[in-house]
Amino acid sequence: MRKKYLRWIIFLSTLILLGVITFLVGLTTGELSISIFDIPGIFRDKEGIEYVVLNQIRLPRIVLGIAVGGGLSLSGAILQGIYRNPLVEPYTLGISGGAAMGVALAIVFALPAVFGAFILPAAGFAGALLTIFLVYFLGIRHGNININNMLLIGVMVSFVASAAMMFLMAVTTSENLHSIVFWMMGSLDEPNRLLIRITLIIAATGLVTSAFFSGTLNALRLGESNAKHLGINTGASIRILFVIASLMAGVCVAAAGVIGFVGLVIPHLIRLIAGSDYRILLPGSFLGGGIFLIICDTIARTIISPNELPIGVITGMAGGIMFIVILSRSKSNFKMS
Amino acid sequence: MPAFLKIEDFSCGYEKFVLKNINFETERGMLTGIVGPNGSGKTTLFRGITGELDVKSGCVFLDGKSVHSMSFREKAKHMAVVSQHISATDITVEDYVLMGRLPHRKKLRFFETSEDYTIAYEYMKLTNVFHLKDKFMSKISGGEQQLTNIARALAQQPQLLLLDEPTSHLDITHQVQILNLIQKLSQEMNLSILMIIHDLNLAGEYCDYLIMLNDGKIHKKGLPEEVLNYKDIEDVYKTIVVVEQNPVSKKPAVFLVSEKILKQGNGSRI
Repeated sequence: MRKKYLRWIIFLSTLILLGVITFLVGLTTGELSISIFDIPGIFRDKEGIEYVVLNQIRLPRIVLGIAVGGGLSLSGAILQGIYRNPLVEPYTLGISGGAAMGVALAIVFALPAVFGAFILPAAGFAGALLTIFLVYFLGIRHGNININNMLLIGVMVSFVASAAMMFLMAVTTSENLHSIVFWMMGSLDEPNRLLIRITLIIAATGLVTSAFFSGTLNALRLGESNAKHLGINTGASIRILFVIASLMAGVCVAAAGVIGFVGLVIPHLIRLIAGSDYRILLPGSFLGGGIFLIICDTIARTIISPNELPIGVITGMAGGIMFIVILSRSKSNFKMS
Repeated sequence: MPAFLKIEDFSCGYEKFVLKNINFETERGMLTGIVGPNGSGKTTLFRGITGELDVKSGCVFLDGKSVHSMSFREKAKHMAVVSQHISATDITVEDYVLMGRLPHRKKLRFFETSEDYTIAYEYMKLTNVFHLKDKFMSKISGGEQQLTNIARALAQQPQLLLLDEPTSHLDITHQVQILNLIQKLSQEMNLSILMIIHDLNLAGEYCDYLIMLNDGKIHKKGLPEEVLNYKDIEDVYKTIVVVEQNPVSKKPAVFLVSEKILKQGNGSRI
């Protein structure tokens, strides 16, 4: 066995172990603390307040955390790969802005009262989808994809969406304003199980599909022209990867609102620890993002219990500080390519 | 022997710059140098041959087969490009060279085979970078990076090798080391090599055949001693030069003369 592969196996096993631990910690901690050893019994008996807490509240949150954290982080890793820019994340491309815009419109026009609560994620996804289309088609000229143009267009769409949001927030009622702000802060508290399932399936599909492109992403590290010389159809690959990454991010934002930072920081963190080979970076980012979000959510719902902090507060603070510490301690200069 | 690389009435380019009516042939084991001033179309020619640019007319044949009908992968198995820039820095020399095996990897295969390693190691030894295999690309010298780049291209096991200014920014030790290697590759591995090169002296010394481009057209092609004469060089480069013979290799050597000397009237010309 090559040393490289052995390292990857150890790294992934560690992440999986860490994932199991965070999963169990997330299940047991909270306002009502439950012993690990009681869990099998609770799920067998299917009754009592403990069962409701585990099955209705904590388990769905954790599952959504894995899907959203994994999806956003994987999406970030892919986008950083195709744009070859370390500052790109799903939200830089205006996906969150578009989604927020969709949700704000739905709230302002009182759509939830007519169609039920499911309309909010649907509107969010529609908004994200619209942005993706805009960025994609404006970024393609004469059949060629212009990566830098696309990035700028994404940033601009993001600005326009946030300006339009501000306009909506300025003219609407304070009740609506509260709903919009609450949605924007992001939360893993999602009562709809179908939505959780969809998010998990999309994220897992994204992981499997993107894995087939790990060779392509590796070749793109040498630059688009060199990748072509290595036999990669770069134009088609970049388009497919863009669609995978942005759809994944769109679904995540629709399900959990705007949870920043995961898509930017986790891929970099994995890169610093395990290296830039996409064969390890993609699964590593997915697992790392999921673990990170479960930890942050567990902190967010316990730190000022019985109240709950918005998860974005924790992801931003914990993630940012953690990243700066690791970066300043690592011996090698941080480079991304 | 039939020509290995055959370029026929080939035109390609951009909106503002077009390469017109390019015709030439090379054989296996031949080192062909492409010279010409900046903006004469050297890199455009490379992009046309690799299919990065759309062809306006004409054809490029490799071993009798049209290059433009090949898929990306098939092309990468037949020709490899050594470009000037190394963009990935956080990658080890070994992994960088292994990248050259990508076009040969089966679609659903994630990992390198032991054959991939054997081939990569063989070319790393040949280019003398094997001892650096665990170092990062950012930590080795420019000359070593260029050698690694060549090892990566060889790992593709191509029949045609395109080199874009392989010796720019290098000191003479590395220039000579790399050009000796390239010459050896063309002869011992029977590779057909096209090389863009700015230094006319090195071009004359090492290349079997030269193509001089000017303004999107072939100005002159032939043996180094045919192409490198003061008249053609002055026409194309708009610079006064003196061409002598290298006393050891008997190849053409080009000398430049400063304006100060020329004004004093001491410049003598052959």
